[in-house]
Amino acid sequence: MTKQVTSKVLIALGFAASTLAIATSAHATDPTEPLVVNGEIEIVTHTAAPAHLEGLKTIQSGWEFRTPETQDLQRDDFDNPGMIGVDNAREAWNTVEGTAEKSCASCHEAPESLAGVRAVYPKWNDKAEEVRTLEMQINGCRTENMGAEALDYTDNKMTEMVALLSAVSRGMPVNVAIDGPAQAMWEKGKEMYYTRTGQLELSCANCHEDNYDNLIRADHLSQGMINGFPAYRLGDAKLIAVHTRFKGCVRDTRAETYKPGSPEFVALELYVASRGNGLSVEGPSVRN
Amino acid sequence: MKLSFALAAVAACYAGVAFAEDVAPADVQYTDEGAIAASLSGAAGDAANGKKVMSTKSKGNCVACHAISAMADVPFHGEVGPTLDGVATRWDEAHLRGIVANAKKTYEGTIMPAFYKNDGYIRPGDAYTGKAPTEALTPLLTAQEVEDVVAYLMTLKD
Ligand code: HEC
Ligand code: HEC
Repeated sequence: MTKQVTSKVLIALGFAASTLAIATSAHATDPTEPLVVNGEIEIVTHTAAPAHLEGLKTIQSGWEFRTPETQDLQRDDFDNPGMIGVDNAREAWNTVEGTAEKSCASCHEAPESLAGVRAVYPKWNDKAEEVRTLEMQINGCRTENMGAEALDYTDNKMTEMVALLSAVSRGMPVNVAIDGPAQAMWEKGKEMYYTRTGQLELSCANCHEDNYDNLIRADHLSQGMINGFPAYRLGDAKLIAVHTRFKGCVRDTRAETYKPGSPEFVALELYVASRGNGLSVEGPSVRN
Repeated sequence: MKLSFALAAVAACYAGVAFAEDVAPADVQYTDEGAIAASLSGAAGDAANGKKVMSTKSKGNCVACHAISAMADVPFHGEVGPTLDGVATRWDEAHLRGIVANAKKTYEGTIMPAFYKNDGYIRPGDAYTGKAPTEALTPLLTAQEVEDVVAYLMTLKD
């Protein structure tokens, strides 16, 4: 396969990527094989950028930037440490909680009945008149339908439930709506993405649009996509929610961060998700 | 030999009273090209300390973005910026000082952070805590640290 990561330059130069790839790429990850999970779920890890995204021609999952060893952990659910969280969430799915004496299963049967949901979140909720992330929707079900308490936004149980809903959508294309009632939030998220914050004055785009595929110290910069979330981070040995990752990246610009679940991070998530429209849902992914 | 020893002693004396002599970030005079003519601390730089500042994560962390062959003992050099090999052949001391203090005066819109500046930020935090600052911000490097870094950069000749 041609290296998508080097081709941005090569295409600009008008060369066929394959002829020069070897000469120009010091470390670009060249997956030996495309990602197929359990020998059956085909994952699109690069594709043409959606029309709204002017800064990139090709969008790529973070998976393409990881080492072959880390990549391989996602090929089989037995090797993917994130699947332990998914199994925990399957148990929680069937567990009755709250004053209404219901479990998720009482209303939704098997988690597989919600296949496709992950792919379209964050999403406008007509009744609540707000853009909801999956976490917000899960808490919505807990408080409105189950009479249970809301979970903390990045509580492990919450992230595991998001991982379960991602797992049953794997292979489906991310397809987040950016127009209609969600548009104002999307615009806000887009502005955040390109704003240079903190004492280092860096925007998301500085690292993930202008410098992806470059090394920053020991890190091989990806495009900062969220199709693989929740991500099992080997360094932390646990599943990481989207907003936790955002917080870390904002902090690294020596900026004041926003809180997980804040309207700012919801807007940013909507925008970042939409940059990945066309990639497959891949969570729970494995990252270093 | 004797002379340079004497100069070093003078520099050390200066370092002790450096604060009184520092040019405040807001008072720094840049040329149209982005250079700064005189030392920001009033003293000469110490190249050995400059090397330390450049490779220390909580200080300059220059190696995060720049590869430098002369620093092969420091692991993990980045490639977001150009290699700094031979940089003193390309730029004179005044211009290197300007680039370190505020590279945006030389390269409009560059990703390289400004190391001698302390205002004009959007949502600055208290270092890497992610929290709002509780005190006035200080520049990423002190005036003397900028001079030390410049002194080290001046050793990088082709
Ligand atoms: C100073 C550089 C820098 C900035 C600025 C930055 N990031 Fe990152 N980001 C990284 C590094 C390094 C990683 C880990 C390697 C990778 O996946 O790129 C990362 C990883 C990510 C990931 C995980 C991708 C994956 O597939 O695992 C996401 C999502 C992300 N960043 C989003 C953002 C967003 C949104 C912003 C702005 C609020 C941002 N980043 C700003 C450096 C940065
Ligand atoms: C976040 C990335 C980043 C960091 C950190 C960084 N730089 Fe840079 N630097 C750059 C980039 C990018 C350029 C090229 C200018 C451009 O085109 O924007 C540059 C240019 C330079 C140049 C001119 C190089 C030449 O060949 O003309 C010097 C000198 C320099 N940097 C020194 C430093 C020093 C010293 C530090 C630390 C105190 C540092 N940089 C930290 C990104 C960075």
